[in-house]
Amino acid sequence: MKSAIAVFPGTNRERDMAEALEMASGRPPAMVWHRDAELPDADLIVVPGGFSYGDYLRAGAMAAHSPVLRSVAEAARRGVAVLGVCNGFQILVEAGLLPGALLPNASLRFVCRDIGLRIVNGRTAFAGAYGAGRTLRMPVAHRDGNYFADADTLDRLEDEDRIAFRYAPLDGEAADRFNPNGSVRNIAGIYNEAGNVLGMMPHPENAVRPDQGSTDGRGLFAGLAAALG
Amino acid sequence: MRAPMKAKVHVTLKPGVLDPQGKAIAHALEALGFDGVADVRQGKYIEIDLEHGSGDSGGDSSGDSSVGAEDRVNDMCEKLLANTVIENYSVEIES
Repeated sequence: MKSAIAVFPGTNRERDMAEALEMASGRPPAMVWHRDAELPDADLIVVPGGFSYGDYLRAGAMAAHSPVLRSVAEAARRGVAVLGVCNGFQILVEAGLLPGALLPNASLRFVCRDIGLRIVNGRTAFAGAYGAGRTLRMPVAHRDGNYFADADTLDRLEDEDRIAFRYAPLDGEAADRFNPNGSVRNIAGIYNEAGNVLGMMPHPENAVRPDQGSTDGRGLFAGLAAALG
Repeated sequence: MRAPMKAKVHVTLKPGVLDPQGKAIAHALEALGFDGVADVRQGKYIEIDLEHGSGDSGGDSSGDSSVGAEDRVNDMCEKLLANTVIENYSVEIES
């Protein structure tokens, strides 16, 4: 699997993402600066977490109009796999590659903790290693992760099996606590219509080594490496 | 050289979109003893200075460039200033 990571001023998870990708695929990803309109040939493009352009105006709003994002959008239309994590998810919705929006957390606080992540649709290159129904442990770290879409859009996402993940209780976690940000219908990640673009708030790249407290993120990268060769 | 026109843009959350900041402000007003605050919605206000004639697609040379300007600022709102999934916007041009 050849992969590329889009990097913006203010991105801060690109090294973690590169490590996770190299661990799974055996090859380091290409790092692509936001001004580069040319993307290298890649089977997977990742838009990682951070605070691109300082979250000015709205999280992801500036990055969504950068030269590299135009190339990402074009690649997505050709069917190339695209993964947006955290700020990357915010950028993909701002760019219109995924429906809905990410609002400030209902608590108005930055939330940084482990959450439970239930696989809803596990029949994709992204989640194929897991299987539906499993609950993973993964960290979130964001202030604007409160997924919102109108009821029609949400119904359509559910009808078309495009909910990738929902927040779910970890062992013993109270029912009113497991959703870290107020996301509607506990949505933590969604696919585009074709299923080749995934946006998610939790950080699988920060759950690949035992010292990170969880290795549940490995399956996502291993599954991609297996599916994309 | 004429002074630039000023575009005043208000961006507000659509009805039905959760606004926790507005809720927090309403609670704070209540705590300060202000009665009768039924609801608070927080938005953004953006000012843009526009040069006369720049980027007008209509080529209007009659002097009234505020019509072209309004179209341009509406376009700016659609493309960047507002996220129309969650926000409404209004534009006012001041010559």
